[in-house]
Amino acid sequence: MSCIRFHLNGKTVEESRARPSITLLDYLRVHLGLYGTKEGCAEGDCGACTVVIGDPGAPGGPVYRAVNSCLLLLGEAHGRHVITVEGLAEGEVLHPVQEALVRHGGSQCGYCTPGVVMSLFEAAHRADFDRPWKLADQISGNLCRCTGYGPIRDAAKEVAGCQPPDRYAVLLSDGPAGPGESFRYTGEGQEFVRPRRLEDLWDALDSDARCAVAGGTTDLVLDAKQPARTIGRLVSLSGIEELRGVEKGERRWSIGAMTPLAELEEAAEEGLPMLASMLRYFGSRQIKNLGTVGGNLCTASPVGDLAPCFLALGASVILASRGGRREISIDRFFTGYRETALQPREIVASVAVPVPRENEIGAAFKVCKRRELDIATVSAAFLIELGNEGKISGARIAFGGMAATPSRAPSVEATLLGSEPSSASFAAAAAAIDSDFEPIGDHRGSASYRGALARNLVLEFGDSIEMRGGEAK
Amino acid sequence: MRPTTPLHRPHPHESARLHVTGGALYVDELPEARNARIGLIVPAGVAHGRVVRIERSRAESAPGIDAVLLASDIPGEALIGPIAHDEPVLAGDEVRYAGQPIALIVGESLEACRDAAGLMRFEIEELPATLSIAAAIAEESFFGDPHIIRRGDVEAALESAQTRVEGELSTPAQDHFYLETQAALALPLEAGGWQIFSSSQNPTEVQQLVARTLGVGRHRVVCDVPRMGGAFGGKESQGALFACLAAIGAARIGRPVKLRLTRREDMAMTGPRHPFWSTYEAGFDRDGLIQAFKVATYADGGFSLDLSPAILSRALFHLDNSYYIPTLRFEGRICRTHKPSTTAFRGFGGPQGMAVIEDAINRFAERTGRDPTSVRVRNFYGEAPRDRAPYHQRIPEPRLSRIHSELSADAEVESRASEIAVFNAGSLHVKRALAFQPVKFGIAFTNRILNQAGALVHVYRDGTVQVNHGGTEMGQGLHTKMQVVCADELGIPLDNVRVMRTSTGKVPNTTPTAASSGSDLNGQAIADACAKLRARLGPVAAGMMGRACDEDLCFEGDRIATTDAERSVPFHEVAMQAWLERVSLSATGYYATPGISYDIEAGRGCPFFYFAYGGAFVEVALDGRTGRHRLLRVDILHDVGNSLVPSIDRGQIEGGFLQGVGWLTCEERIESPDGRVVTLGPSTYKIPAAGDAPRELRIRLLDRAGESRTIGGSKAVGEPPFMLALGVVTALRQAVAAFDGRTASEVELRLPATPESLLRAIETRAG
Repeated sequence: MSCIRFHLNGKTVEESRARPSITLLDYLRVHLGLYGTKEGCAEGDCGACTVVIGDPGAPGGPVYRAVNSCLLLLGEAHGRHVITVEGLAEGEVLHPVQEALVRHGGSQCGYCTPGVVMSLFEAAHRADFDRPWKLADQISGNLCRCTGYGPIRDAAKEVAGCQPPDRYAVLLSDGPAGPGESFRYTGEGQEFVRPRRLEDLWDALDSDARCAVAGGTTDLVLDAKQPARTIGRLVSLSGIEELRGVEKGERRWSIGAMTPLAELEEAAEEGLPMLASMLRYFGSRQIKNLGTVGGNLCTASPVGDLAPCFLALGASVILASRGGRREISIDRFFTGYRETALQPREIVASVAVPVPRENEIGAAFKVCKRRELDIATVSAAFLIELGNEGKISGARIAFGGMAATPSRAPSVEATLLGSEPSSASFAAAAAAIDSDFEPIGDHRGSASYRGALARNLVLEFGDSIEMRGGEAK
Repeated sequence: MRPTTPLHRPHPHESARLHVTGGALYVDELPEARNARIGLIVPAGVAHGRVVRIERSRAESAPGIDAVLLASDIPGEALIGPIAHDEPVLAGDEVRYAGQPIALIVGESLEACRDAAGLMRFEIEELPATLSIAAAIAEESFFGDPHIIRRGDVEAALESAQTRVEGELSTPAQDHFYLETQAALALPLEAGGWQIFSSSQNPTEVQQLVARTLGVGRHRVVCDVPRMGGAFGGKESQGALFACLAAIGAARIGRPVKLRLTRREDMAMTGPRHPFWSTYEAGFDRDGLIQAFKVATYADGGFSLDLSPAILSRALFHLDNSYYIPTLRFEGRICRTHKPSTTAFRGFGGPQGMAVIEDAINRFAERTGRDPTSVRVRNFYGEAPRDRAPYHQRIPEPRLSRIHSELSADAEVESRASEIAVFNAGSLHVKRALAFQPVKFGIAFTNRILNQAGALVHVYRDGTVQVNHGGTEMGQGLHTKMQVVCADELGIPLDNVRVMRTSTGKVPNTTPTAASSGSDLNGQAIADACAKLRARLGPVAAGMMGRACDEDLCFEGDRIATTDAERSVPFHEVAMQAWLERVSLSATGYYATPGISYDIEAGRGCPFFYFAYGGAFVEVALDGRTGRHRLLRVDILHDVGNSLVPSIDRGQIEGGFLQGVGWLTCEERIESPDGRVVTLGPSTYKIPAAGDAPRELRIRLLDRAGESRTIGGSKAVGEPPFMLALGVVTALRQAVAAFDGRTASEVELRLPATPESLLRAIETRAG
């Protein structure tokens, strides 16, 4: 009989009965009676449940990633190191991040605090806080209703990148490394399969069980129409190394479907700044650590943040199935409201993104009710090419939140083609929005607001080009 | 200040170490909860309807289910409520809001209960629902009579005013979004006794309502509150329902039952801050002085009375904010709608009232092209006769002018105003603005009876102390302050004082921890108990030192000393000696706030013990392309008297301010046309995140501010800073106006000032 085996605060936990789709949060609280990790929303939006996953396999020592335990399937914990708020202090001696929070007055009611502690734990072990926004991003996924955040920000500033003594480092270095071999588990009649190699995936998908493919599970766990508990077999892609990672070619990048958004963000900073700027406001650090590129595309939300960027960049999607691979343009990937070109038993393997050329200028924008950790009202991505006479010789412009799928704006593009990159041209292009879209109104914004935003973002992009004097970089 | 006292010094929250290690336990996590069965509430799902039939047999026989309870299964009284008993524990014949509990399922796991809930069948005949203030006014659907406050002939004064400004203002609902959702645990004990654990600001009311629902005497029920994961008023009255539900479930099955709502359930079942709709006319003279203010305001009370009359009163009491109004007529009513019952929320009507006069001042300034800060300062309360509140209470020492002038210097207002003008002249699509917001907030429960508190202090023979008081800890740091007060009163180290969890078995008949009054009331009660203990320990110590038993002694540094410091004995030795001499080491303390009275028929009286003051300068930057804004810098100067614990007070000011910003800018509670809440979680209901906090926030506590008659000379701090956030609205309005630069033109800005609302305000002016 198989069992889920993982390290929790350095001790081995073995579970052979629980359903693999229960969340790690429920498992910690209900099954293990570990109440330090809190449930504030159970939809990945408050961060009270934040725990840290230690990845021993990373070069240069372990990497710690804060994630929402309310979005993580128990099955996915197999073979991993989980650290919770209970695992930080040693006896009476607080961990430096705990000590900093106490000293700065970072807790009032204390309910969000365990999640804040774990976000700061990740921050303490990160070494890439080279810009102030990264620290803001680190704590954007932890809602606090009491403090007004100042004390939390101060504590974060103090501990970020401090590389504190790490008693888990040794353990991680000789514990089970990452997902390990292919893993198969059944609990309460539900199957969890995590193949190691792509060729092992097809068998798992071919069965007729009610089956779901799991990427980062940030959406899967929340699906009200098909609750995770009703799924017969969960097939996780997280063990398949070949689906993960960013290969930066000179002309084209290949982005593995299972690349966490945080990894893509890091990679994109050098080479695809437009993608990086969208990922900055994609979601919280915890979500970006868990959510994947492929998952964001396959969920096919009309407001998915990556899609407008990929549409503007002219990306292709590489689909894989037992029969082999095929490449289709991102323009043909979204086929309807939450529908894609994926065939049954086919997955997204990677996304191929052409690197903008010297004479191309791109930018991405996202507008929502709240700046951080919010779903877009409207998002937009632009890529224009400047021809020899300084005129616009190519334009790929895409919007999220304006239609049933993330979509290009053909009239806007057509209006720009052949014109000077001047404010007059962009004003004319903005006016063309109405021919391309008839947005709907919902709780994120009225139809007229969406229209106004889309027009204004075209103008904003135009301004940004004017400010560069119409020159590509 | 005595050298070793912890009073007036910064301290971490007394539970801070527990918070950061995960060791702090909340109701759902107590050892007593570990074998409890789980309760799940089934909501009715329609806003208004007649219950025809409920089919529960399939759910009852589902696996893992102990019982399914309906209204007919309640052993005692079926109705609860804090003022009127008009809230069914479970809906009976009629459903009055969509989230209303109609059945309780008790089982071995949440999952089993959820499965069983899917097997319930309800036949509810839908009836027309009243879903807005406008509809309630049209249908004359109100609770009670109007509350009216008046002074002078307002019509005549409006008639003769130089400038007359008319307006209407809707202020939005606000979900409390305490991080810990409502939770309760009920344990049946032997001999018909009950132990209730509740995430409640008002354990006495929980005790009372549970006893009523079970049909037993209050002496059978003890309610404890370990701590709350936030409350903000949302657990003043509304925690009781869930404790009652847990209790009836536990009574039915004879086993402990616990309930902890999911976020979605909490947001659908519990009520938010009252939305208000107000119309007003304000008259100003040529100097910009308010001559007359006439306001009609309507609060959406939801389906039941809850605390609405008190909230409406406080709204009317704060329609003046910081400004003297010679002639006025304020009238308020509570609308009855088919929505969750709106309830207490930080400020308790105060913010809704103040927002109206701030709107009037903004419109006046916009229309006449005056500087809004000058208009505000000019209208401050001052010397007689400008020292009478609308309800005729005298405002003894308004600290408003002092706050304004000190803060103007702190915030470098002059130089920044010119920088902003330069910036705006050079920026087409982003505009900045700087605004001032004063706050005067009345402190005391407006219901006189509630202004009392009790405490119980035990000294043990090793000189350590347990403090029990009637207040509850929801994160505001009350227990920290009470620990400090007790340590100061007995002259012992902070570590030797332990604040116990709140229990109706220790301190009975308590007042809710609300109205910012927690430390005012309970601090005095603790001081009273400590004074009794000092009076008993003094003679014992004097005897040990060979002094006269009536000699004045000094309790300081964990010792009891003669005033000439010649002799002293350790506190713990005195405690032991007292026990040997058979002197009681335990004392109760009691406090009743003096001098509070109000005649609601006449609209006159002294509803407040004192007033808390504060001021803020707020600078915003507004993006005219998207309607997004940023808080660039906020300077706050707040009057907390002689702060008991400055670090705690700063935390209250900072947190309260941002919560106010949320109310006014990003938190938008949306309901469907059929009366269901659509924004049921943080994915759609956006409270401020870290990035919404001001880039730069400078908080200073007003010095030389000691208040006589209060504990340690301190003042309440929980609610007043919330309203400083109104300055964000003023600043945003100025920024909106800056896009076209037209003077003598009013801004139309709907609240909350979301990006959409702000963009619309900009575009409306552009035509």
